[in-house]
Amino acid sequence: MLRFVVRRLLLLIPILFGVSVLLFFWVRALPGSPAESLLGERATPELIAAYKERYGLNEPIWRQYVTYMDTTVADRDLGISAATHRQVTDEIRQRFPATVELALAAMLFSVSLGIPLGFIAAKRYGGPIDQGSLFLSLIGISVPIFVLAILLKYVFAVRLGWLPSVGRIDLLIFDAKHPTNFYVLDAILTRDWSTLWDVLKHLILPAVALGSIPLAIIARITRASVLDVQNEDYVRTARAKGMSPGVVDRRHVLRNALLPVTTVIGLQTGLLLSGAILTETVFAYPGMGSWLRDAIFNRDYPVLQGGILFLALVFVLVNLVVDVAYAVINPRIRYSG
Amino acid sequence: MSPSGAAAPDTLIYAGAADPTYLDPALVSDGESFRVTKQIYESLVDFAPGTTRLVPALATSWSVARDGRTYTFKLRGGVFFHDGTAFNAAAVCANFNRWFNFSGPFQDASATYYYQAIFSGFKRNENAKLGAPLYRSCRAVGGLKAVVKLTRKNGPFVPSLVLSAFAMQSPTAMRKWGANQGTVRNGVFAPTGTYAFQHPTGTGPYMLEKWTVGESVILKKNPRYWNKKQPRLARIIIRPISDNTARVQALQTGEVFGMDLLSPPLVATVRSNSRLKVLSRPAFNVAYVTIQSAKPPMNDIRVRRAVAYGLNRQLVVNSFYAGRAQVAHQFMPPSLPGYAKDVVKYSFNPTRARQLLREAGCGPPCKIEFWYPTGVSRPYMPDPKANYEAFKASLEQSGFDVQTTSMPWRPDYVKNVNQGTAGHLNMIGWTGDYADADNFIGTFFQGDSPQFQEKNAALDKLLNAAEQEVNQAKRIRMYQQANRLIMQNLPGVPYAHSTPALGFQKRVKGYHTSPIGTDLFKTVFLGGQ
Repeated sequence: MLRFVVRRLLLLIPILFGVSVLLFFWVRALPGSPAESLLGERATPELIAAYKERYGLNEPIWRQYVTYMDTTVADRDLGISAATHRQVTDEIRQRFPATVELALAAMLFSVSLGIPLGFIAAKRYGGPIDQGSLFLSLIGISVPIFVLAILLKYVFAVRLGWLPSVGRIDLLIFDAKHPTNFYVLDAILTRDWSTLWDVLKHLILPAVALGSIPLAIIARITRASVLDVQNEDYVRTARAKGMSPGVVDRRHVLRNALLPVTTVIGLQTGLLLSGAILTETVFAYPGMGSWLRDAIFNRDYPVLQGGILFLALVFVLVNLVVDVAYAVINPRIRYSG
Repeated sequence: MSPSGAAAPDTLIYAGAADPTYLDPALVSDGESFRVTKQIYESLVDFAPGTTRLVPALATSWSVARDGRTYTFKLRGGVFFHDGTAFNAAAVCANFNRWFNFSGPFQDASATYYYQAIFSGFKRNENAKLGAPLYRSCRAVGGLKAVVKLTRKNGPFVPSLVLSAFAMQSPTAMRKWGANQGTVRNGVFAPTGTYAFQHPTGTGPYMLEKWTVGESVILKKNPRYWNKKQPRLARIIIRPISDNTARVQALQTGEVFGMDLLSPPLVATVRSNSRLKVLSRPAFNVAYVTIQSAKPPMNDIRVRRAVAYGLNRQLVVNSFYAGRAQVAHQFMPPSLPGYAKDVVKYSFNPTRARQLLREAGCGPPCKIEFWYPTGVSRPYMPDPKANYEAFKASLEQSGFDVQTTSMPWRPDYVKNVNQGTAGHLNMIGWTGDYADADNFIGTFFQGDSPQFQEKNAALDKLLNAAEQEVNQAKRIRMYQQANRLIMQNLPGVPYAHSTPALGFQKRVKGYHTSPIGTDLFKTVFLGGQ
């Protein structure tokens, strides 16, 4: 197992190198440059020419890449945002915790609802619950996130006034401490329960909107997997041996059925962490997603390169964790290196 | 009260569209940065609230010598920067000299756009495209008199000092926190000192308390502010909400008390809520159709006039601005000195347009290419496609055969418009930066403009003379004459001055909207509904 983990970690080097090359050329393939984006109507041809000359954007692209890698590797930082003029690493430090909290809340919502829903649907195969869960899943997958988000906000924030519509925290809470920038964790560490409740309330609507697609996928995969597993020989044997249905379901059906679900959860978590662009924008949630969206509009090369490279690293690491979790859940799987 | 927080009657939460870039006003040119710096810093002169009339600010009075190049500013006494140091003539000169001595990356247009627009060049220009500097020297006479010498006469000099970019900053704090330190890494300039991010120090009514990027900028009351009656609130919180609908929803829920950039389709939503109100920003922009005068058949004035008669501007203004615009008859808003009431006006007249086309020997139908942008909404052009379709229909009714080209606003469309390669006609506009005709018609038509391809020696001479004239009455007459010439030559057709909207809770009182978009919060207070 250790050799497997080390090998996967070593593989990170060529993966990140490949991603950096792809990213570098992709962002430069976007039409325009930061000069045009940042100066808008005021971007005269002279100003654009001066900007490109000063910042080496007229150099051959391979030379720009060598310069980029040289400073990135030598100084071990990801550069400076063309739009905000801040260190990309500082912005990641600020925004990534917000995205992690949102992704985990969304995943918690989709797993805690999706697995029971899928399981019950399979157990009541063909019945109204099954049909109902199918219908809900279809809605979850087919309604665009921003539509769902706006709808949720309208009902629960604007009409009912139960939940906030924007941000991570009530801005009138002036004394909240944020030592880690994980606001939930910070509130727990400082035993600030009113702030904790406020932060959780800010998470509910975006987490539900963001978790709707994983919820639908997890419910469908769980249902299909349970249907497969409950017809296996070992399940029939367990039942024949006189084990109670609850024990059979818990020990034999659910545990085996959850294997493919684990993979889906891992992949979905990786995707959620890679920035929920629409959700974060609609809820003015200050995470990686809204940051990258602005970077695309601004042709902010350093943010796109550095931010996405960082997310690629996170995605690979999350999948490594999923693979390890696989072995923990299913002892039959052993990684040999 | 916000849904979860306690009521704070001495705090205003206000929504902008984005974070500030940073808080050194000399180094930014975007409205979101100025929204914050306007509260922290003050300039020598300012606008009277809600107008473009110049009034004293840190300078109580000013005068220009007979040579037209020497300005004397008498300064307000008893004013202190947030770090406790005194504001005086030496501080004024330190600020002018700082701008003049910028070097290296600070000479980039993305860092010092407004300095370059007004002062042309630096002490040592590092780019051949920069001009000869307007600024010559500054001398402190006693504590409260600063004498600024320019290299040439310049009419826009004093009006431009309203810009937050030319606000006064504490020389001591700038030195202490490295305001003049910057670097270029992988093609991007960034200040490396902490001044612009953590220690902005002006004389303004509010001071920076905390800035959490992506979440809020919190400003607190300056206890030593020179006007003892202001500011009226203890705190201002400015939060970035980029999505238009999300801003309005936050206003509806009470999470913000006021918001800028209320898009026309959402004005009715705010108006229909009994707890909310809509404020208007005075029109300080112009939407226009550029005519590429050098490109046949537009090189014939009769065809250009046919375009002007063929654009149904009244219909567009009535249909797509939610009642928040007026038809433009020249390239600057009516509130600015230099606006001429007697320019040639072109009302929609398809018969006259067809007749002109026949006289010019171009059809009808006269084939032309007309461009519009996609993926953008500007205050002066909320729905470009709707404007375009109405214009296309009216032009076709007037004898033109219109070929459509659309492109994403950034970067393709703007680039082509600025280079003069966007068809025969294209739609764009401008929002003013400071209250001077030079910022509108001077920017568009002075010198060679690839966008308009307008070569008009008389106009160029007139605009050059107006820029250097310091007698305000004479300047106004010159700009009025320039406007008459422009509307005779028709390098384009202005069609709308829009009135941008802001949304507020009714309990927000004392808010004055600035034409240039940088509102002062020091007069704002919270009352009952």
